[in-house]
Amino acid sequence: MAGLKLTSIDKSYGDVDVLKDINLDIEAGELIVFVGPSGCGKSTLLRMIAGLEKITGGTLEIDGLVVNDVPPAQRGIAMVFQSYALYPHMTVFDNMAFALKLAKLSKDEIDTAVRKAADILQLTPYLDRLPKALSGGQRQRVAIGRCIVRDPKVFLFDEPLSNLDAALRVATRLEIAQLKESMPDRTMIYVTHDQVEAMTLASRIVVLADKGISQVGTPLELYETPQNEFVAQFIGSPAMNLFAGEIVATGERTSIALEGGHGVVQSAYPSQEGDLGAKVNVGIRPEDLALTDDPENSYTATVDVQENLGEVTLLFFKPDSPGAEPVIAKLPGIHRGLKGETLNLSAAPEKVHVFRDGISLLYRGT
Amino acid sequence: MHPALQGLITIVIGVGGCVGYFYFSNFLLDRFLLPARAFTAAETAARRRLGLIFLFALPTLLILALYLSGTGLSGIASGWGLFWLLVVLALIFGLWRLTGFVFATGETTAGHNISHANMIRPWLFLLPAILALGLYLTYPVFETLRLSLIHRNGGVGIGNYTFMFGEQKFWEAMRNNMLWLVVVPAMSTAFGLIVAQLTDRLSWGNIAKMLVFMPMAISMVGASVIWKLVYESRPAEVEQIGVLNALWVGMGGEPQQWLTLPVWNNFFLMVVLIWIQTGFAMVILSAALRGIPEETVEAAIVDGAGPFQIFFKIKVPQIMSTIVVVWTTITLVVLKVFDIVFTMTNGQWGTQVLANYMYDKMFRANDWGTGSAAAMVIMLLVTPILVWNVRNARKEMR
Repeated sequence: MAGLKLTSIDKSYGDVDVLKDINLDIEAGELIVFVGPSGCGKSTLLRMIAGLEKITGGTLEIDGLVVNDVPPAQRGIAMVFQSYALYPHMTVFDNMAFALKLAKLSKDEIDTAVRKAADILQLTPYLDRLPKALSGGQRQRVAIGRCIVRDPKVFLFDEPLSNLDAALRVATRLEIAQLKESMPDRTMIYVTHDQVEAMTLASRIVVLADKGISQVGTPLELYETPQNEFVAQFIGSPAMNLFAGEIVATGERTSIALEGGHGVVQSAYPSQEGDLGAKVNVGIRPEDLALTDDPENSYTATVDVQENLGEVTLLFFKPDSPGAEPVIAKLPGIHRGLKGETLNLSAAPEKVHVFRDGISLLYRGT
Repeated sequence: MHPALQGLITIVIGVGGCVGYFYFSNFLLDRFLLPARAFTAAETAARRRLGLIFLFALPTLLILALYLSGTGLSGIASGWGLFWLLVVLALIFGLWRLTGFVFATGETTAGHNISHANMIRPWLFLLPAILALGLYLTYPVFETLRLSLIHRNGGVGIGNYTFMFGEQKFWEAMRNNMLWLVVVPAMSTAFGLIVAQLTDRLSWGNIAKMLVFMPMAISMVGASVIWKLVYESRPAEVEQIGVLNALWVGMGGEPQQWLTLPVWNNFFLMVVLIWIQTGFAMVILSAALRGIPEETVEAAIVDGAGPFQIFFKIKVPQIMSTIVVVWTTITLVVLKVFDIVFTMTNGQWGTQVLANYMYDKMFRANDWGTGSAAAMVIMLLVTPILVWNVRNARKEMR
C-alpha cells in the first residue's frame, strides 16, 4: 500500500555531516528496524521521514510521491515518541482525538475512532484520565493509540520501549508485534538500540553506522552472514570474537593461521589465489565455540572469568596481551569449576567468518 | 564627612553586621552549645548549669530590667503595662522551654548534638528576618488599624470609613483601580507571552528581550518622567516635543493635553505600568515556554497542528499555572500603584487611585484616620490575591 523510497539522502547540520547517501527501499507492510550505536543518526533518519527534520539532500518518496517538502501532517505518517510526548493537559480521550479534531472530523466520527482504538489497546477505563495518572505502560499505549486513530500509512516508532522497565518492555514488544500482525498492510519503521527488539520485531533490519547504512537484511541474514566486522560485532550478544590471522590456503574453503601460534582454522568461506598471505580477521560467535580435546588446530587459552547464567556458561579467556579484548565462549548448560583451566576451543568451518579489510569474504565485489 | 563615605560606611556596617551575626551565631551554636562530640553524664550536667546561667538567666534578667525600666513599677497596672508584662513573661517562658532542648540530661552522643544543632540552625537564619518583618510589617498593620478607628476630632469608631465611603473621590479611586486591575495585568501578561514566544526563535531574540526587560530596571518615577515627556504638549504653532503629539499633529490633529483627557488619561497612565511590567511577564513566561517538552510540540506538528493551534492548544495550556502566577503578581503591583499617578497627574482629571488617595489624605490633608482607613481598604483588596498567588506559586514549585 505505502512503500517508502529513500534516494541518496544526506543530512548535515552546518558543516557536520550526520548521514550521507542513504539509499533504501521499504516495501508496503514491512516492519523495518533501524539499529545502530548511539549517535549514528538513526533517530535523525526517522525524524526526516516524519518531516520533523529538513532533508539536506536526496529525495524521500512515500507511496511514489516525493514528500521532501510536504508538512508532516500530510505525509500519512504517525509517530510514537521516545518520551511518549502526551499532551499533559489533555485527557486520554482528548490526546487521541486531537489530530482528528484538527482534521475537523465530526464528533461522532471522532468518538467512534477513539473508542475503537481504546478498545484495541485496553484503554477504555482510562479515557477520562490525565496522562500523569497513568502508568508508564499505559502512557505508551496512549501514544500508540494516538497513532492508530489517525489510520496512517506509515507508523514511526522512536525507541518506544526505552523508558519502560524490563518486564513491561517484553510485554509491550509483544503487543507491538501483535499490532503489526493486525495491520498487515501498514508499514512500520522502528528505531531502537536494543538488538533483541530488532531481532524479534523486524522483517528487515537496517544497521546504521558511520553516517551510512552498514547492512540491510532479515534478522537471520545479519546474524548468519554479516557483511562486515561492524555488523558482525553489533548483532549478537556477547559480541563476535575476532582473531587476527593470515590466510595460508585458498580455494572453496579457506585456512587461516591465527596470530600468536593459536593454530590454523578452517572456514567454509571461499577465497581467491590472490588472498594467499593476506592479513584477515577471523570472526567466531561465542556460541559457536566448542570445547575439544584435540590440542591440534584449536585455540588454547586459560579461563580468566566464568559467568554461570544457568542455561549457558560464559567463559572469558585470558588474552595474549594484557588489555586486549578477551575471547568469549558461550557453552550451553552448566559447567562447574572451569576457572583457571586451560582449554582447547574449536568451531565448525561453516561458523567461521573471515573479514579482509573489515569486509566479509562472502560480500567482496558486491 | 562626605555623604558617599557615610553611605559606604553604612554598607560596610550593615553587610558586616549580617555576616558577623550569621558567623558568630553559628559559631556559638557549633562550638559551645552543641559541639559535634559525645558528652558524659557529668559533662552534660556541668554544661547545663553553666548554660542556664549564661544563656537563659542573664537574658531573662535583662528582659525583666528592660521591662521595668520601660514601664516602672506603678505602670504595671495600666493596660499597656499588662500587655508588655504578658510579652515579657512569654519570652521568659520560651527561653526556659529551650533549655530542655539545648541541654540534655545524662549521656549524649555526637549524633544527638549534631541533629539538635541542625534543628536550631534554621531559626538562627530566620530570626533577623522575623524580627525585621515583625517590626516593619506586622506592627504597622495593627497600628494602621488602630489609627483608622480614631477620628480627627478624637472620636473612636468607624467614622473614618463612613466618611470615606461618602466621598466621591474615593469611589473614583475605586473605579480607576478596578480599571487598572482589569487592563494592566491582562495587557502585560499578553504582551509578555507574545514577546516571549516571538523572540524565542530569533537570532537577535536576546537583544529584543533585553530591550523589553530594560524598563524593569527603571524606577516608576523615572518611567513616569519619561512618559510625561512622551505625552508633553506645546501650543499648535510651536514644534511639539512630545512624541505622541508630534505623531498626532503630523497626522493632522490638534495638539492635545493627553493627561487631562477624561477617562483616556487613565489608559495613558496604565501604558506606563504595562511598559514596565511586560518585561517581568516576558522573563517568567519565556522560562516557562522553554520548559515545555519539545516532543509534545513535535507530536502536535505530526498531528497536523498549525503554529496558532500549537501556541494556543499545546503551549499555553501547559504553562497556564505560570500565567496565573504572573497575572496575580502583576495584579498585586497594580493594586498598590502610586508613583505613576502621583508623578504624572497626582490624581487630577479623574485619575485618582486608592494609594494616591491614601497619600492625599494622610500627608496632604493630615487626616491620619481617613488615610489609614484607605490603607486598610487596599490591604483588604490585596490579601486574597496575595494568598491565591502564594498558593499558585507553591503548586508551581511542586
